[in-house]
Amino acid sequence: MKKNTILAVALAISSMVILNACKPKNASNAVSGDAAEKTYVAPGKYDTYYNFVSGGFSGQMSVYGLPSGRLLRVIPVFSVDPEKSWGYSEETKPMLNTSHGMVPWDDLHHTELSQTNGEIDGRWVFGNANNTPRVARIDLKSFRTAEIIELPNSAGNHSSPFITENTEYVVAGTRFSVPGDNSNGDVPINSYKENFKGHLSFIGVDKVTGKMNLSFQIRCPGVNFDLSHAGKGKSHGWFFFSCYNTEQANTLLEVNASQKDKDFIMAVNWKKAEEYIKAGKGKTESVKYAHNTYNESTHTATSEIINTVLVLDAKELKDICYMIPCPKSPHGCDVDPTGEFIVGSGKLAAIIPVFSFDKIQSAIANKSFDGAYDGIPVIKYEAALYGEVKKPGLGPLHTEFDGKGNAYTSFFVSSEVVKWNIKDLKVLDRASTFYSVGHICIPGGDSKKPSAKYLIAYNKITKDRYLPTGPELAQSAQLFDISGDKMQLILDFPTIGEPHYAQAVPADLISKNQTKIFKIDDNKHKYVAKGEKESKVVRDGNKVHVYMTSIRSHFSPDNIEGIKMGDEVYFHVTNLEQDWDVPHGFAIKGANNAELLIMPGETSTLKWTPDRVGMFPMYCTDFCSALHQEMQGYVRVSPKRSLVPLTYSLGNTTSNSKVK
Amino acid sequence: MRKIFTLIAMCLVLASCGGSNKQTEATENESNNESTENKEVSDYDPKRGEGKFSNVALSATLDQTMATDGEAVYGVKCSSCHKTTDEKLVGPGWNGVTIRRQPQWIMNFITNPDPMINKDPEVQAQLEICLVRMPNQGLTDDEARHILEFMRKIDGVK
Repeated sequence: MKKNTILAVALAISSMVILNACKPKNASNAVSGDAAEKTYVAPGKYDTYYNFVSGGFSGQMSVYGLPSGRLLRVIPVFSVDPEKSWGYSEETKPMLNTSHGMVPWDDLHHTELSQTNGEIDGRWVFGNANNTPRVARIDLKSFRTAEIIELPNSAGNHSSPFITENTEYVVAGTRFSVPGDNSNGDVPINSYKENFKGHLSFIGVDKVTGKMNLSFQIRCPGVNFDLSHAGKGKSHGWFFFSCYNTEQANTLLEVNASQKDKDFIMAVNWKKAEEYIKAGKGKTESVKYAHNTYNESTHTATSEIINTVLVLDAKELKDICYMIPCPKSPHGCDVDPTGEFIVGSGKLAAIIPVFSFDKIQSAIANKSFDGAYDGIPVIKYEAALYGEVKKPGLGPLHTEFDGKGNAYTSFFVSSEVVKWNIKDLKVLDRASTFYSVGHICIPGGDSKKPSAKYLIAYNKITKDRYLPTGPELAQSAQLFDISGDKMQLILDFPTIGEPHYAQAVPADLISKNQTKIFKIDDNKHKYVAKGEKESKVVRDGNKVHVYMTSIRSHFSPDNIEGIKMGDEVYFHVTNLEQDWDVPHGFAIKGANNAELLIMPGETSTLKWTPDRVGMFPMYCTDFCSALHQEMQGYVRVSPKRSLVPLTYSLGNTTSNSKVK
Repeated sequence: MRKIFTLIAMCLVLASCGGSNKQTEATENESNNESTENKEVSDYDPKRGEGKFSNVALSATLDQTMATDGEAVYGVKCSSCHKTTDEKLVGPGWNGVTIRRQPQWIMNFITNPDPMINKDPEVQAQLEICLVRMPNQGLTDDEARHILEFMRKIDGVK
């Protein structure tokens, strides 16, 4: 009796402990003991991966080190950045030009690193602008935006900037179908089915320079194109786009675009499209879009407006595009490292369909079609399907691959990442995310050669993960160690907002190629001053050009008089330093734009229109030496009709106190 | 009784629910900026300085072409901080420098100033006066040699 009592008490105690230990995971006990060791990067040591993360509605791209999650840089892309004078300096203003004029903000959703033979080559990273459709190329030597191209016939450039395996093309599928730019857009919205079209843009990328060029567009039925990935290996030459709203609804899409049991993944034979372009089947249409490039030797961007585009019609040319039925509004459209398997993620579905490239090819050859959708052949679902992952979770969104035969899919609704085997379609592991994961990233996880040490989840809700900061909370990423059979959560790190897709790459592929300075001898800026002897101030009507130099720790000239009301003053500041990590800054009181941050050997220009008579100090904003606080000067502004002559000086110590 | 304690112990083990408390020694990340500053200070030769130049051959007369090229480089990369007189601007004036210093010392210093700023007693004394570390201006070997010739010209070599 006594024994039994003790036994009962023992069981009760232990079961309480068990229950306590195994309650749903939270911040403290989802992480095991060695997580700190796996993510700690000691002071002075480097991370082993770069992580290029989309900045979402910030319009920028952020760069983190992994496994520490330390923010290394925010690269300004589609939004102005007064800190780096992006969009404010005269040289960078053209980068944000569009056919709508200067657009100072956008929404960058996806990043994609350039590839050669299906492997990340570390040369460029691309980003898409979702709102005013554009694609940007960032140079990974300088970590600067080198080029931005606008896309005609598009609206909501979401299924972008995914690339082919040798970076032959960057694609951009329009999320919103719209009447073509060349046709009358002043039509009733409910004439969607008749007048709205979806365009897929193929942007050619020069193998050596990376320079982009809108090679052609494919005109498709009016649906919403969501995401895409290129075929690789055996499926190189094909591109796969997910489409939803095949109901062609134009209002309350939440309900009206979710009517059909299946939407489509569209397979595009882009090699065939190239043949048609060569055969002259493309129609030249009149459109208007901007193409902006930054020149590193003049340190100046130019914006060119282009007025034509070549368009292929998918309906007329019957063998470019094929529709593959895919359950319930597919979102992610991901191709495994072998190129054989195409994973569609129906965001309202409870299964994951996996399509086979070989079966798709046979289906096309055998015409295993189930009619057509607006003129595009629809392949029979079973004829394209390899198999379905059953009951994987709720709301599948995106899939990445580890190169070992496994796929990892994010589930928004059930807030988890699920690992499954591609061959047998069996679920192997699942890990909770905190909370509501969107995109995931494995280094090289959409290439032929993943480097599958980590998986990063980019979440939509952070709620209780960080110290609260008012109504808006930190954006969130979570790092998982996936080197073992089980995924292990090892780190939370906050990000700039809002992170969507990201790419990661072993650090040495990029760190070894860094630009450290711009050679002053190679500087071909129109207003460069190569040495203080070339510094001067020149009046041209009401425009005043200041050829200014900066070096630790003074400007030349540092005193300027004879500026008058009504003048436009251009400070062209050349940083004469030739050493790494010695930028100088430039700011002047009352400037309505921003500061300049000038890299060694570079020239940047700040336009300043004085608004009142008086004395205007200017100074270096970037701490440059022990005498940084001495790096300053004055500009004297006189009334419009003043007789004060234009003079400038440096180190002139004669007193002139009697002169007014 | 012993059975009961065993049972309790087992339950408690189970209760940890797989949470791993494995302790492994922290492993050092691979070193990525190997320090070279652990060398004996006595290795430093204050006459030669530190760098790749050991012997710089000078001709008795001035090489005018080199001096002219050197003056052009001076205008772009040096004149912001150095006068050709003995007047200090940001750094010391150049007048007399080829008499005060060996040619190899000058070449080593102007092509890669940082190691010498860290070690050379006279440069450190200068730093206390100027308070600005001389920047590495990315001079090529030829540019450095031409500047040296220009310095010789300043010091009166014909």
